[in-house]
Amino acid sequence: MDFTEDQIQRYSRHILLQDVGVEGQEKINNGKVLIVGAGGLGAPIALYLAAAGVGTIGIIDGDVVDLSNLQRQVIHFTPDVNKPKVISAKEKINLINPDVKVITYQKLLTAENALEIIQEYDFVVDGTDNFPVKFLINDACVIAKKPFSHGGILRFDGQTLTYVPGSACYRCLFHSPPPPNAVPTCSQAGVLGAIAGMLGTIQAAEVLKYLTGVGDLLTNRLLTFNAKTMEFRTIKSKPNDNCPVCGSHPTVTGLVDYEQAVCDIESHRKKKINE
Amino acid sequence: MSKISVNGKAQEVETPISITDLIKLNDVAQPEMVSIQLNGQFVNREEFDSTQVSEGDELDFLYFMGGGSI
Repeated sequence: MDFTEDQIQRYSRHILLQDVGVEGQEKINNGKVLIVGAGGLGAPIALYLAAAGVGTIGIIDGDVVDLSNLQRQVIHFTPDVNKPKVISAKEKINLINPDVKVITYQKLLTAENALEIIQEYDFVVDGTDNFPVKFLINDACVIAKKPFSHGGILRFDGQTLTYVPGSACYRCLFHSPPPPNAVPTCSQAGVLGAIAGMLGTIQAAEVLKYLTGVGDLLTNRLLTFNAKTMEFRTIKSKPNDNCPVCGSHPTVTGLVDYEQAVCDIESHRKKKINE
Repeated sequence: MSKISVNGKAQEVETPISITDLIKLNDVAQPEMVSIQLNGQFVNREEFDSTQVSEGDELDFLYFMGGGSI
């Protein structure tokens, strides 16, 4: 593709990077990335990928913006309360960078629609808040051989890993979803808002590394950090032969919708009432 | 007492000790929310009781983190 003068100026700080250059920027502009969840993680991911010029950004989220989201979901502004998150996110992306084509899915990712949706994209980013969908993204991406970035945050902690076909998947580390009653409810647990930005921007950097082929991805490693101590730690891992989806005797061969934690059910109920 | 490593930090424990007991010793609030890697190999949850930790072992406690959207 030929860049216009404006584009050369807009992406000049990428183009100046020896490892990226015009070629790398072209790869970014041709990239198609699906962001699952337009919340705490999805917000910074979407903002940075939009600014970077990722050609197509898909966003899937069935929720509307709630006042309690604004403490960390920086893509949504006060006037967006009650607006569908995907619409609010699309508006900001278009304002940051009109080069980006945004595809919105105002729904939940489910066992039924996951494979069909993710096949349209080069890379999938998990910005979800619940384990059923985290496992669904993992299984769908392993089955479809699609790279993805896992992200999780809780209180003052964050964790992320990148999967590419053949590397350790989320299930290699976390075999199956925790029992729903063991998961701290959303209102009990809480999260320091800036943690979402810390983790989301790491995930966005992984996407850009993947698209440009620069550097070493966070594969076969789990990065964790705690903001109280501000200590980061990388735990080496490797594909687990007993993994239920990518091991030598897989028991997960199709997609399933796991039971949602109580807080998710309640929040979706709340959403229905708001609608 | 034997020296082991948990999440990169040295610990002294009476060995042999099972992973289940080591989880208790480390005051893990929700044992069902932790995944354990022993010397680079993940241990099945069903084997936490029967797997013994000994001198020099390196363990990683990995916690489920949901987070994100709502």
